Amino acid sequence: MKRLLTILTLLLMLTPVATPLAVEPEEILSDPGLEARARALSKNIRCLVCQNQSIDDSNASLARDLRVIVRERLVAGETDEAILDYLVSRYGEFVLLKPRVTAATYALWYGPWVVLAFGALGAALFLSRRRNVERAAPLDDAEAARVADLLREADADQGQHRDPEARS
Amino acid sequence: MIAELGHYALALALCVAVVQSTVPLYGAARGDDILMSLARPAASAQFLAILVAFGALTHGYVTSDFSILNVAQNSHSLKPMLYKVSGVWGNHEGSMVLWVLILALFGFAVAAFGNNLPPSLRARVLSVQGMIGVGFLGFILLTSNPFERLIPAPLDGRDLNPLLQDPGLAFHPPMLYLGYVGFSMAFSFAVAALIEGRVDPAWARWVRPWTLAAWTSLTGGIALGSWWAYYELGWGGWWYWDPVENASFMPWLAGTALLHSAIVVEKRDALKSWTILLAIITFGLSLMGTFLVRSGVLTSVHAFAVDPERGLVILALLTIAIGGALILFAIRAPSMKLGGMFQPISREGGLVMNNLLLSVATATVFIGTLYPLFLDATTGEKVSVGPPFFNAAFVPVMMPLVLLVAVGPMLAWKRGDLPGAMARLWTAAILSIAAAGFVWSQQNDVAFGPIVGFAFAGWLAGGSITEWAERIALFRVPLATSLARAGGLPRSAHGMTLAHLGLAIFICGAVADSFWRQEVVVNAKPGETVSIAGFDLTLDKIERTRGPNYQTETAHLSVSRDGAPVTTLRPERRFYPVQQMPTTEAAIHSTFLADLYAAIGEGGDRQGWTVRVWHNPLVPWIWAGCLVMVIGGLVSLSDRRLRVGAPKRRTNAPSAAQVAGAD
Amino acid sequence: MSRLLYLLPLILFLGAAGYFAAPILQGKDPSTLPSAMINKPAPARDLPALIASKPGIDPASLAGDVRLVNFFASWCGPCRVEHPLLMEIAESNAVPLYGINYKDAPGAAVNWLAQLGDPFQRIGRDGDGRAAIEWGVYGVPETYVVDKAGRIQYRHVGPLSREDYQEVILPIVERLREANG
Repeated sequence: MKRLLTILTLLLMLTPVATPLAVEPEEILSDPGLEARARALSKNIRCLVCQNQSIDDSNASLARDLRVIVRERLVAGETDEAILDYLVSRYGEFVLLKPRVTAATYALWYGPWVVLAFGALGAALFLSRRRNVERAAPLDDAEAARVADLLREADADQGQHRDPEARS
Repeated sequence: MIAELGHYALALALCVAVVQSTVPLYGAARGDDILMSLARPAASAQFLAILVAFGALTHGYVTSDFSILNVAQNSHSLKPMLYKVSGVWGNHEGSMVLWVLILALFGFAVAAFGNNLPPSLRARVLSVQGMIGVGFLGFILLTSNPFERLIPAPLDGRDLNPLLQDPGLAFHPPMLYLGYVGFSMAFSFAVAALIEGRVDPAWARWVRPWTLAAWTSLTGGIALGSWWAYYELGWGGWWYWDPVENASFMPWLAGTALLHSAIVVEKRDALKSWTILLAIITFGLSLMGTFLVRSGVLTSVHAFAVDPERGLVILALLTIAIGGALILFAIRAPSMKLGGMFQPISREGGLVMNNLLLSVATATVFIGTLYPLFLDATTGEKVSVGPPFFNAAFVPVMMPLVLLVAVGPMLAWKRGDLPGAMARLWTAAILSIAAAGFVWSQQNDVAFGPIVGFAFAGWLAGGSITEWAERIALFRVPLATSLARAGGLPRSAHGMTLAHLGLAIFICGAVADSFWRQEVVVNAKPGETVSIAGFDLTLDKIERTRGPNYQTETAHLSVSRDGAPVTTLRPERRFYPVQQMPTTEAAIHSTFLADLYAAIGEGGDRQGWTVRVWHNPLVPWIWAGCLVMVIGGLVSLSDRRLRVGAPKRRTNAPSAAQVAGAD
Repeated sequence: MSRLLYLLPLILFLGAAGYFAAPILQGKDPSTLPSAMINKPAPARDLPALIASKPGIDPASLAGDVRLVNFFASWCGPCRVEHPLLMEIAESNAVPLYGINYKDAPGAAVNWLAQLGDPFQRIGRDGDGRAAIEWGVYGVPETYVVDKAGRIQYRHVGPLSREDYQEVILPIVERLREANG
């Protein structure tokens, strides 16, 4: 196992990387709390010139500019919401990777719940239709004897018996 | 010459597919044995023809025949052989040939190994499979011909993006396609059953191996892609909820539901309509994925050649296939016999919940992925739906499912004893609490995410092991007897336990990485040290050397822990002068418990270099968990009972393993 | 009733398929964004002049007439492609053209204009790209139509083609000119 890991490690030592490195050391704020907020905000902001990346992940120059703006505004004391509002006012809702809950996105946020509700309803109906497991009256003596006879016959015929109920 | 042979073979395959999709179907309707028997040779012939075509295209790549347009666009004479071959499917046209090859492979497999299928069913299954082949072979020949010539041939090709010249990426598409396209067989079985008007346990047993094979491959293919993204893209992310990633994940979710639903049909002759519908939906999602990647309607790093016209053709094929199947479903399904009865609290009930939750999960990913498209088409507004949404919406659906996975197998068929099952799961509860407690004790500031995550994983692992232990009566009988029982258990039982355990391992890895990943980004000059998670990395030097077709600046980072040397990491920054493309190579030190991941950025001797280091705890468990799931699938596939057709009467008394519990 | 339920998957599927077909049939490009600044005042920033002989851009200079504002850079390939059309627009005097030089070295920009011609009445320098972000620019070239009151009324992303100019932009310009402020 260790050797496998070593081999894997050696293999992985040289692996090409495409758009790698995003936040530059000089961008990092000295206040760790603000920096954490900056990273969290950045993960929610779309890089508009990339394919499905956040500005936290991308090294495009626009992404960098936006990261710097986010940090400047954080240092100036703005709230997270205000910063996002500013970006939305310039770029539209498209810039947010987590869409806000507005009339346009009700279907998005509540859709899964609707599916769950319908599905649960369907499942409940389905299950209730199925529950008529026969609660048969127990066999009386005559019937029990008849059953025993039948089973003996079946055994004799085929030399084997399997209870279909227990069969998995 | 060989390319023309390949082209001809494709056309031949199309003709065979046309015959395969019509004659046996007609024969089955008429009960004509001779016409039905045409299905098997046709399926085999189609496979062989496409294999010849694929071989011809591969030959073109291997010999660097740049008179073939496709080769000229995607290959280069200096590429290593592995990437010449993998370049065959690294582009739209070639990957479509791989697509139909696997489609035909599954058809061939049913033809060759489906001896136990009733002839009429087999004929219909192969006919439907043939119809899909007709559609896609026609698509290839008319719009995406890989054998087009380029005259005069250029001296060398345009080469493959260096990013794609990578072993992980070489194997990712074939595994993915085996999964994706493999679900076509479940689809064909479903449609054939609808045509026959009959779904019974025998059908479910015949369908299972193909569905399982496809599911196992898809699991492996997705895991491989995720692993590649992790070491390739440079900041250790392994899942981006990118539309194309989601397009492969949705068939996986639906396919998992299908697999489980088919069990109920097989054991209890119930949930038939659901299973048929799931088979149609799963393959429909596969086709939708094929459409999304190639049509350009969604932006994605993965997108192939973006060609809206081709996209329309695929959409048409998708509409015909799935629309037709759903029409058939609407007509035939209502008249299917109702199956076995069962109480809501039972294993069947648990599997119904499983179906429901997985379907909701699939729907969630579907809605999230396609919402920008739908909104744009309706109101023209543009929104983005990214990882924050999916993480918020997807995880809550999966959580009750994880809880259920431990409980479900503990319930009996038909009428389950929930309190009894929960009582027997006390080991799982203990493991869950222990995991939560351990995590809590390790944390400096309490965060609920990891605690809950590990509690769930512990519950799932404990439940899976408990169920397995119960079957072999572990600790209740002598160990030797238990082991004997374990050997006697059907392999699919072991497979199930492994697959569920794999999921638990995966959850541990995913939770740990999401919450406990650490990152350090600094500017370092040679001699300076970076510290992260107890490790010290010292930048010894930056070495400038040359590779075969690139220049590189390689950083030597000595890694030590508490003064003891651990390893040396050598991340690089490369520049490929031919392509004028800089790339960065990450260096990863993997142990059982975590990855140490280093990359370097720009810099110079005077101003220092940007060094980024990540510590990713339990990240290897993500892929280890997927691997265990794949192994579980393979173990299940090796179950001998899957090779038997209709359930046979056993000639000896039921073994102890059978008595121990339902399967 | 239950029969209808069995039709539900088909109906949902056909609906979804329709939504897939729509963007292709409409010929939409998923990467072009509509501007979020439509009908909002153009950002009030003073942009310093690029060339000594030509004034820069300040908010006052954007009011009073309908104008086109073009974001360009010397390192931008598509800007080069659309430049001849911009020269024609300048010569035709149909609508005043302002330029904003985005994240460029001044010397390079000056040389570029000297080489290709200068269609702009005013040129502002946006060295760090902040002004562009205020406009909602996400790439170059982009061309904006600003009305008499200094509000943004239209954005064109990418190089301007003759069709775009004649069939889309000019009618907007005329409509804005006729309107009262």
